[in-house]
This record gives sequence, structure tokens and C-alpha cells, in this order.
Amino acid sequence: MSARYAPGATVRVARDRPAISLGRQHIRTPHYVRGLAGTVAEVMGPFRNPEGLAVGEDGLPEQVLYRVRFPLRSVWDQYDGDPSDTVDVELYEHWLEPAHAA
Amino acid sequence: MSETDRGHHDIGGDPAGPVPRAEHVLAPWEKEVDAIRTVLGQKGLMSADKLRLGIEQLPAEDYRRLSYYERWLASIAWTMEKDGVIPPGSFAARVAALEAKR
Amino acid sequence: MPHDGPHHHGHDHAPDDPSFGSRAALGARALRELLEEAGVLAPGEVARQVERMDTITPALGAKVVARAWTDPDFKARLLADGSAAVREFGVEMGTTPLYVVENTESVHNMIVCTLCSCYPKPLLGIPPDWYKSFEYRSRAVREPRAVLAEFGVRLPDGVAVRVHDSTADLRYLVLPRRPEGTEGWDEARLAGLVTRDCMIGTAVPSA
Repeated sequence: MSARYAPGATVRVARDRPAISLGRQHIRTPHYVRGLAGTVAEVMGPFRNPEGLAVGEDGLPEQVLYRVRFPLRSVWDQYDGDPSDTVDVELYEHWLEPAHAA
Repeated sequence: MSETDRGHHDIGGDPAGPVPRAEHVLAPWEKEVDAIRTVLGQKGLMSADKLRLGIEQLPAEDYRRLSYYERWLASIAWTMEKDGVIPPGSFAARVAALEAKR
Repeated sequence: MPHDGPHHHGHDHAPDDPSFGSRAALGARALRELLEEAGVLAPGEVARQVERMDTITPALGAKVVARAWTDPDFKARLLADGSAAVREFGVEMGTTPLYVVENTESVHNMIVCTLCSCYPKPLLGIPPDWYKSFEYRSRAVREPRAVLAEFGVRLPDGVAVRVHDSTADLRYLVLPRRPEGTEGWDEARLAGLVTRDCMIGTAVPSA
């Protein structure tokens, strides 16, 4: 399974649910990064989709998992730590969209 | 993002007080609940994904009020009944029976 | 409207109610009995798992860190493939790979799971209460430096905080920096400096 995004790519987290996640009771994308752009820090390879696993399905097709890095300044208004502080979030490919660097 | 599409467990960034630092030694029943989940997981009956779903499906007030392993217990029992591993209603009935005997 | 989700069947109680443990204990017993009657759990199986769990403590992770401090080849293996490297210590991560993040003179790593409480249990055992608390889960991604300050960690200027939200399949271990003044120490002595919190990123070891 090939990954759609490479390390260093700018991606945007879906604000609204992607089609295959509609109606799912369980998702693993935290609210605070939805709609935000980040940078692919690492491609972790394919994993079974937890949205299906949680309801007893086989979790297929697998989804590529990424570690995506967000500057905390871009996540929170008035972030008062260092400008270089970041948060890395594990996100599955179906939640990511291509984006252009800011 | 719609705030209605945010589970009560999805709390990253919420305002909160100081991190409580007191630690307790796990009670035997807490270890037992943890161990039950592990063994069920090894048998393919209770994945971490199902455990999370069951916790997220708790009413919000229970999610906040219950202790950590009480949430696990409720989730495992719900999942085992839902999946037909144990009979529907059997968990509440057995707890009531054990309480009556005390 | 009926609620078809999971229910809590105990009584309401305050957390400091002394009978709290015994009431919840009934629930654990009820569940174990039902699963044994269903033929899913063998008698004694849960007790044996509890015994296994009791053998896993942060001392295991500390040995891994001390090895990485003294053996550059092992450190390279640990950073490249954490699960394979800790297998050399008899640790089996299963379906959740171990991902090791290294503190450097310019980056301090800190682990949280905002959605639940993901933690490298096969390596470090049961997570501490604070790691599972709503307060830590809420604040670690919003004001990590304030949280670190509560834990007594103040980072020098020029050190970036890199928070990792353990949202999915990876389990994280922080590889702390080896303290100065420990030249020539053997692995066992070094391991004694590595506390659990150092491996979560809310403490730094000192000699």
C-alpha cells in the first residue's frame, strides 16, 4: 500500500467527516486539529481502520497512518509557550487532504 | 467542525485545574478488570478499539463521575452482552445477586 | 428515551467512600464469573494475567534507556524500530508498535493521550493516575510548559517542547538525555536514575 503523502508534505485535517467515517460511532481524530494544516513528520505504514474495528468489523481497507506535526501557535489562539513548540498527532490517511504550505 | 461531532472523551485543550499528583496502588478488582480485558483481547473478543467505544458510549455524566476502571468494567460488560458472549442483562442481574448476598 | 449504551450498575458514591472498592469489586467478580460460565475464560486465567502484569514495572524501561545510553548500536536500533529493540529485553509490544522519541539539547518530548490513556504497558506497566486524569489529558497539548512546571521541569532557553498525542496505534517512550557527571557509570547504576516520569517526559533525570 503506497502512502499518498511524503514526509515534509503539508496536509490539512478534514474539518467535516470524510465519507467513509460518516455515521461511525468511534473516530480517533481529536477535535483540536480538525480543519488545521500540519506537516507530515513520518509515514508509519498501513494499519487497520479503528473506526471499523471498534464495531467488530475487520478494519479493512487498511489506512496509512501518519505522524503529523502542528505548531502549537497554529493550534491555539494566544499560545504563550515558545514559538517552536509543536504537537505531533497520529492521523489516518482518510482524514487528510492535500494543502499548500502557509 | 461541529461541536456536536465531539465526544465527551475528546478533551484535548479544555480548561482544567492543576494535574492531581496523588497516586494509588491498584486495588485487586482494578487489576482484575485490566487482566480480563487483556485476556479477552488475546482471544480476539475485546480489542482496545471496542473498549474505547464502550467508554465513549457511556453517558457523559458517568464518564466524568466514574473511576477509571469502573469505566472499563462498564464498557467490557456492555460489549460482551452486545456481542452475545454473555446473555443480555446478565451483568446487571449478577451484580444485583452478589449485592443481595452481601 | 431509553439509553442503549453501557450503564453503570453500582451505587453512586464519593471517591473517598471506604466501601467504594468493595462495590466495584462485585462488578469485576460478576463479569469474571459470567465469562467463566460462558466458557470464555478458564478458571485461574485472570489471576495468572494479574501475576504477569505485576512483573512489569518502569524498571524494565529504565534498563532499556540505560542500555541506549551506553550502547550506540542498541540506541540506533531502538530509535529505528522500538518494538524490535525491546524484544531483546523479552518485551513483546503486540499490535501497538513502540515508538521512541529522543530528547536532545534542542527538543524535549512529552507524551499524552488526549482521547483515552494509551501507554506502553508491556514496557512500563500500568500508567500513573495523573497520566489518566482529565487535567493532564486536557492541558498537556495546550499549555505543556505550565504542566511541566507543575512537575518541576523548567527547560533551558532554546529547547522546544514536542508533545506527542498518542491517538492511534503507536505507543511512546521518551529517551531522556544522559545526565552530565555520569561518565563511566555502568548500566545498572544509570538505570537507577531513570524514573517512570522521565520516560513519559514529565521529568528529566539528574545524577
